[in-house]
Parts: sequence; C-alpha cells; structure tokens
Amino acid sequence: MSERLAVRKTYKLYVNGAFPRSESGRTYEVHDARGAFLANAAQASRKDARDAVVAARAAFGKWSRATAYNRGQVLYRVAEVMEGRHAQFCEEVAAGEGLSGGRARAVVDAAIDRWVWYAGWTDKLAAVLGSANPVAGPFFDFSLPEPTGVVAVLAPQRSSLLGLVSVLAPVLAGGNTAVVVTSRARPLPAVTLGEVLATSDVPGGVVNLLTGDAAELGPWLAEHDDVDAVDLTGAPPAQAMELERLAAGSIKRVVRPPAEEPDWSADPGTSRMTPFLETKTVWHPKGV
Amino acid sequence: MSSIFEYAPAPESRSIVDVAPSYGLFVDGEFVDGSGEAMKTVNPATEEVLSEIAVGTEADVDRAVKAARRAFTRVWGPMRPADRGKYLFRIARILQERAREFAVLESLDNGKPIRESRDVDVPLAAAHFFYHAGWADKLAHAGLGPDPRPHGVAGQVIPWNFPLLMLAWKVAPALATGNTVVLKPAETTPLTALLFAEVCRQADLPPGVVNIVTGAGDTGRAVVEHDDVDKVAFTGSTEVGRSIARAVAGTRKVLTLELGGKAANIVFDDAPIDQAVEGIVRGIFFNQGHVCCAGSRLLVQESVHDEVIASLQRRIGTLRVGDPLDKNTDIGAINSAEQLARIRELSDIGEAEGAHRWQPACELPDRGFWFPPTVFTDVSPAHRIARDEVFGPVLSVLTFRTPDEAVAKANNSTYGLSAGIWTEKGSRILAIADRLRAGVVWGNTFNQFDPTSPFGGYKQSGYGREGGRHGLAAYLRSTHP
Repeated sequence: MSERLAVRKTYKLYVNGAFPRSESGRTYEVHDARGAFLANAAQASRKDARDAVVAARAAFGKWSRATAYNRGQVLYRVAEVMEGRHAQFCEEVAAGEGLSGGRARAVVDAAIDRWVWYAGWTDKLAAVLGSANPVAGPFFDFSLPEPTGVVAVLAPQRSSLLGLVSVLAPVLAGGNTAVVVTSRARPLPAVTLGEVLATSDVPGGVVNLLTGDAAELGPWLAEHDDVDAVDLTGAPPAQAMELERLAAGSIKRVVRPPAEEPDWSADPGTSRMTPFLETKTVWHPKGV
Repeated sequence: MSSIFEYAPAPESRSIVDVAPSYGLFVDGEFVDGSGEAMKTVNPATEEVLSEIAVGTEADVDRAVKAARRAFTRVWGPMRPADRGKYLFRIARILQERAREFAVLESLDNGKPIRESRDVDVPLAAAHFFYHAGWADKLAHAGLGPDPRPHGVAGQVIPWNFPLLMLAWKVAPALATGNTVVLKPAETTPLTALLFAEVCRQADLPPGVVNIVTGAGDTGRAVVEHDDVDKVAFTGSTEVGRSIARAVAGTRKVLTLELGGKAANIVFDDAPIDQAVEGIVRGIFFNQGHVCCAGSRLLVQESVHDEVIASLQRRIGTLRVGDPLDKNTDIGAINSAEQLARIRELSDIGEAEGAHRWQPACELPDRGFWFPPTVFTDVSPAHRIARDEVFGPVLSVLTFRTPDEAVAKANNSTYGLSAGIWTEKGSRILAIADRLRAGVVWGNTFNQFDPTSPFGGYKQSGYGREGGRHGLAAYLRSTHP
C-alpha cells in the first residue's frame, strides 16, 4: 500500500477570532532550520495590523471586565487544548527552531505550563499589587491593578512558541487584549496557537496574531493612537529607538527590547504583567 | 462684590519671609551663580518682581549631575538606610517648623490663596517626607524583591501649580529609595524650592544629594537629556511629556510622567446636591483650577441639571477672588500672563463654538493676573473646552441620561487622570468607578491627596504612580526575576 498523501495546512493570520489571509495577498516562504521549505505564511500588512487593533479594542471591554476567576479558567483552558496538540507543536518547534525531539518536547511542555502559571495569577494580582491606603482622613482609600488596554507585542524572533507564550499570556492575564507580530522566520507554532486560542473560550479579538515582519509592522503599531502599550521584545535592535519615539506620540507604555533574547525557561515572576497594568485609586468618605 | 457677607481684610503678614534680591543655583550643597542670563520671578497678584533667579545652562546642569553622581556613589548610596530615613524625618520636621514661612512664600510666588498653601500644600509636603522617611529602611517589604536597588541620579522637572508639593512628591521618594536628585523647578515659581535648599542645609543633608537648578525649558531639557541621569520624572503638560518620552527613547533612562487631565465629575440625580456642589467647587476652583486632576468637565444627570446649576451659581457667587495672602480668599491669582492668555483664549473659543458662558459679578484687582470663576453650559463633547485642558477656573457642563452614557462621556478623552462620582448609592459608585478609565476616582469627594495614596494617570495622562507603595517602584530596580 502506498503512503497516504498528507493534507497540508494553509497558514493564515488570526484576527478577530477568524483566520483571514493577509488583505494584501502577500505570503512568504517559511523554511526549517536546515533551509527546507515548510509552508507559505501570510505576510500581514499595515491594514491587517489596523484591523487587528480594531478587533482588540472591541474585545477589550468584555475581556477586561470578565471576572478574574473566569479569565483564569479561560487561560487554563488554553493549556488544556494545547496539551491535545502537543505532538503538532513539537513537530513545528523542532522544525522551525532546529531542536531535537526531546528538546522540542521540553519547550512545548514549558509553554503549556506557562499558561497554567498565568492562569493562576489572574485572581491574585489585586491582592499582590493592590493596597488599602491609610490616608490621614475619614476615607476608605484603595488601589487596584487594571489592564492598560490594547497591547501590541513584537514577539521574540528565536523562541517561536515558549517565547511567544511568555510575552502573550501575561498581557492577557492582566485583562489586556493583544495584537502580536510573531517570529518572522518561525511563524508556524504561532498559527497553530491561534487555532488553539480559537477553540479555548478566548473571545475573538482578545488575541490577534499577525505573521510577518516586525520591522514592517512595528512602526504602524507603535504609532497607532488606539494602542495603549507596546512590547518591543522582538523588535529589530536597530529599530528599537525609532519605535519607542513613535510610541511617545500617544504616551504609550513601552517595554524595551532586552540586549539579547532571554532564556524563556526562567521563572517569569510578575515582571511581564506589571508593565501592562495601571493602578486605579478610589476614595470614598467614611461617615454615618 | 456680589458677596452676601462683608468680610474685613484679613491679610497674612508677609514679614515672615525674607526674599533675597537674587538667588543662585543650589549645587553640591552651595548656592552658586548660574551661567545663563538671570530671570525674574514675579508675584502674579501684583506683578511685583520678587527676585532675580539664576538660570542654569547645560554646563551648570552638568555640574549638578556630577555632584549628584558623586553623592550617590560616595555618600547616599552606601549610607545605612535607616540614616537616610532620619534625614528625611528631619526634613519633614523642618518643613513643619517653617510651615508659615513656606505658605506665605508659596502664595507670593504662585498666587494661590494662603488658605490653600497653609492648609494643603505645605502640610502635605511635610507629610510626604514623613511618609517616605519611614520607607527608607523597609524597601525589602515594598513588593519589589528582597533587595531593590536605586537607579542612581534622578533628573526631575516639576510644574508651577504646586511648587513645593510637587517637589516633595519627587524628592521624597527619590531620596528614600537611595537615589540622588537634580531638580528643575518651574520657571515662574522657583522660590519655595530655593527655600527648600536651605532646609536641606539645616538638616545637614550631605552636599550633592539634592541639587536645584532653576531656569526655563532649556534648563529642563538639559536635565532630562543629560547622559549621566538614570531616572527621569516629569510632571507637567502632555505636550512636554511627549517630547521627554521621545528624548529618553533608546537610552537606559527610566521614565515616569504625570501629565494633563480633563476629569469628569459625574453628578447623578440621587446625589446630595449641596455636597455635590461643594465638591464641584473644590474640583474646579481649588488652586484657580491649576490642577492636573481638576474636575473640569461636570457631567450632570439631565433631570437635576437646572437644580445643580442654580445651586452652583449661588455658591460661586459667594467665592472671594483676590489677594492670595488674605485668609478669606477662595480664588487667588492666575500664575502667569501666559497662562491667563491661554485661559482667555480657550474661554473665547468656548463661546465661539456655541457654549454659554456664565461668570458671577466679581471685581478683580487692577494689577496682576486674574480670571473670574467661570461656568460654561450647553457644552458638547466636541467643543474644545470639553476636550482641552484649560488649567484655569473654567468649568464645562455636559449632561447625560443613563449611567452608560455618563461612563461613555467621561471616558471620551485622551486623558485619564482622575474622575469624580456623586450619588447616594454605594453600589453605583463602585460600579461606575470600575468602568472609568482614570487613575484616581473620588466618590462623593474630590481633590483629596495623601502620601499613602498612589496618584497618576491612565492613557495620555502619563504613567507611573506617585505616593504609596506603588510610587516607590518608579525609583527602584526590582530584583524580582
């Protein structure tokens, strides 16, 4: 019997809960670590980025106001659904990052566990980062963390799955919505992650994944007035300063790119959540 | 005067302050000459020149930063945290001891009523130092890891609306966390910062820990852009904040910004109207409306609009505008001719765009910079006076029918610094507070401040917090992973 001919996947964008091609009609070739052809990925355009921002803004109200318990369950659900696609992620990570089977498995395990870590954070943030403030007067005064809004994320270029999850999940845990430009050379795990998100009770528009070039899309997102914060982790180093200057136009919160891509397996702490949280302080008089 | 009461003048004596004919820069513990051409600071209530103030150039700023770096490396950084705290306690105590002097000087230089400088600015400034003093040896408990580290030299630029208080908001947390400071006070209000320099000397604060470089925009730019500044903190306009964010882009400097606002003060139909009216007045006429978190947009539920406006107008009729040093004065002088021109321009635009201007019959002094308390009704959300920060005693009144509409209108702003909610219903306050995109929300009160309470904005009102445990984060590098 001859071997069955595989049905290959078309790798598309993930925007507003759907999987469109780039409106520009552009695609680019994705190769494995040895240079062999893997797929044609959609190459997102400025228009796609703008559509993604519209979707993220529209999704923000509901996602940010969901209870912390609910958000935690949804993020945990992402881990559950990823688990079911474990083999597929391993294959894509191994091919794209040139890892052995064992190393790829470890990366996928860590990526799934990272969702679990952040799922557990959603309903602890207020207790850990909030405060009751003993003001010198007859007032009840308290401070709580709230999401910043729409966050544009330039995902790491090397770590295509664990790195991606490590920058995306903390944005979501705080109640933000995200527009992510994925690793340009290694976009396939991101597209599969989009398929996971689409079936994990993450409302459409909360996460938007754009495969393509951070150098091309970064400036549009950094400049966009309806984006509240930018994570420049995956930005081309030579472009980081320009992106930060563009972000200043609407006083965006900016996470600068690290000198080099960090070891994503390290304990993430709260450092990737706090840049995308605002503190709201509420005063109310006490009196009978 | 439309005032229903006649008040005899009750001026605070200015003899307690001794304003020198000229002031230098405070660098490395000494007053030194500035290299720029000196500027004059005037009393905005009389246009009298109070003193000549040195202007710091790039070279002067460089000397100040070098002094701050030296002090950081040799003295302040290595010092036992508890001792740093003791210096701050000393400063808090000296501010309290010399409170009267500071209050009078603040009112002279800024134009704000003595009642406010005496009861708000100066006591709160002292409280900020007292609060942060206690943090100095407890930073391991601030939620920033077991051993959070200071950045080094903090370059700080502050505005003219609360000159001493903004100094305290900047200097106290910076010093408590082990940073040293180069501070640039506002061009029009340098005097209390220079008196603070004397406080530092009385406290025997080591030279170079606090450096004060007076001047205008160029001096501030030199502070912000200096290569050896590690941390930049700015309070002022969104426009300048933007340029500072651009200037620090691509550097290692960390930045916090406290910028403009256009706060909504929302009055529901079940609100206690008399209390709400007091809150509206406090929200917009406190400090002549020169307040970034001023309640400059009154959103009043349609069914009580006429009642609220009538009551508000009656109350405004009793406000006394005039001599800032008079203890009965409610509204003092506009800080500068430039600011007065901006308030006039935006008010004229308000009228031209179709809003209705109301001002009480009110005599203004012949000299100085004055603007009467002003209420615009029939304001639409598209009007400039509903969008732009006027930074003056000008209230724009809009209406709403439903809570959803109130929230939508309140959030319809590029700013997000503060907001107010007036209603008898506690559950409504909490629900509306949840939905307002603003850093500080006052329920059935307005314009309350406290060193334990984090203050700062959402959106284009800036980032970072001042006050409370949260404020420390701006001046420390976390040692969390």
